[in-house]
Amino acid sequence: MLEQLTVAAALEKLANREISARELTEAVLTRIDDVDKSVRAYITVTGERALQAAEKIDEKRAKGENTGPLAGVPVALKDNICTGGVLTSCASKMLANFIPPYDATVALLLQEAGAILVGKTNLDEFAMGSSTESSAFFTSRNPWDLTRVPGGSSGGSAAAVAADETLFSLGTDTGGSIRQPAAFCGIVGLKPTYGRVSRFGVVALASSLDHVGPLTKDVRDCALIMNVIAGHDKNDSTSAELAAPDYTSFLGREIKGLRIGVPVEYFNADIEDGVKKAVRKAIDVFVSLGAEAEEISLPHTQYALPAFYILAAAEASSNLARYDGVQYGLHMAAANLDDFYKKNRSEGFGSEVKRRIIFGTYILSSGNYDHYYLKAMKVRTLVKEDFERAFAGYDLILTPAAPTTAFKAGSVEDRLQMYFNDSCTVAANLAGLPAISLPCGFADGLPVGLQLIGKPFAEGTVLQAAYAYEQNSGLPKSKPAVKEAGGALHE
Amino acid sequence: MGITSEEIVRIAEQIKLELTENEIKEFAEHLQVMLQYTEKIRSAVTENVSPAAYLSSEKNVFQEDKPRPCLPREAALAHAPEVEDGMFRVPSVIE
Repeated sequence: MLEQLTVAAALEKLANREISARELTEAVLTRIDDVDKSVRAYITVTGERALQAAEKIDEKRAKGENTGPLAGVPVALKDNICTGGVLTSCASKMLANFIPPYDATVALLLQEAGAILVGKTNLDEFAMGSSTESSAFFTSRNPWDLTRVPGGSSGGSAAAVAADETLFSLGTDTGGSIRQPAAFCGIVGLKPTYGRVSRFGVVALASSLDHVGPLTKDVRDCALIMNVIAGHDKNDSTSAELAAPDYTSFLGREIKGLRIGVPVEYFNADIEDGVKKAVRKAIDVFVSLGAEAEEISLPHTQYALPAFYILAAAEASSNLARYDGVQYGLHMAAANLDDFYKKNRSEGFGSEVKRRIIFGTYILSSGNYDHYYLKAMKVRTLVKEDFERAFAGYDLILTPAAPTTAFKAGSVEDRLQMYFNDSCTVAANLAGLPAISLPCGFADGLPVGLQLIGKPFAEGTVLQAAYAYEQNSGLPKSKPAVKEAGGALHE
Repeated sequence: MGITSEEIVRIAEQIKLELTENEIKEFAEHLQVMLQYTEKIRSAVTENVSPAAYLSSEKNVFQEDKPRPCLPREAALAHAPEVEDGMFRVPSVIE
């Protein structure tokens, strides 16, 4: 049962020579073999490569050489994070055969730290979605109930961690794509401050909103991974030139006197009762630990989601202009240049991508720019200022991480309803703030996520409070059964 | 304000997408829904509010103008559909 270990527990066993990196990697690969036909978290499994890397770590350790802070720990990466020599498809037909010639900075940092890449995980096509249902390949399943989605867009990354098909994973978060799937799958997911973790080599969706972060089994693991991936990168000009602290040093500190703001706007009628109940119970735990929780207002919250969809679509329409079939990606011959572009783009992109780039192009066209795009950027300032005012009096802001628990695959046909999945998370992307989702109980047998939002670059405080809650929540440490719930699964 | 099929076709032409009749109909409806929904932000008071284009605390990031190791040519061309003399061969732009 080595695959069930947390990163911290595995590191201890590896250091004590109780287990080898090869044994641990084999356990994870066997688990993938056993359950991934049901969970469908992975697009690519890099078994051979992983075993070779694990053996190298074991050899190094046997010789007493320095092996790195995550030596021998299996990791899965979302399939929009470039991995040199390993398929990076973005779950799109456009990049179905794309093998990057270089590694994303985060992939390289993990590799240098000794982590073992076991595979690349499924997502909504180009990270556009909240369920993995827009993946061009297949829909991933929620390990707690295989008829339900794992959330998205980092749904494969979240499902893989929840089902013990990896020890941890990385995802990306443009409007909630780490936190919402973490909530749906009952695990921990952190979206760091904008600029804290490099985006170099991560396929861009909306560059001013995109973030990279860890999905882990618990809060300590989240801190351990942040210690490796946080920091300045000269290849990413938006990367902050600010030294990253040791995030584990925040764990175990008291939260007595910590001031937590609870915005009323996040407990409205759109949030399911079961979610509200679990989150309110969690607030009681924080208070019992000596934190002060008070109701506050973030008055521009109602504008965050529409502003987000305008900005995200506009930026996506620009970022996805690069896929033309000339240098890489889908390539179909045509009689002339115009037909060549059209053939590749029409064939390569799925419906959700087309929908969003049409909307984005409409918004950016002359005559509409001021009305939509400029206005949305001003609203972004208002949302950001709401947080600045709140953080003058509070250390953290606490909300639900998602308005619902995991929904049934194929059950949400209305696009707008699908977009409302992001309603609790987009504001932190607009303002670039660190935000974590962590399990806070169940509603009707499905995990509920709690969100803690911090001041810029205060990931330490976020982790400190999350850890204190996790250690004192009294929640049972349960794992999903990953069982077929009657009847075959269909795509 | 309704979005017509012609408008969708015009946008699709700009971004080099060829759409089926079904797609045109579906995307026109979707665009209409999105425009109606996002109209909500009109009621936000934004007089004297400056737009937030990006959040990075870094301003004017410069790098020394020095050559650095870069991707080898073979790697850069590995995915090229057509290569000629170590270069991307692309469809002709001028008729």
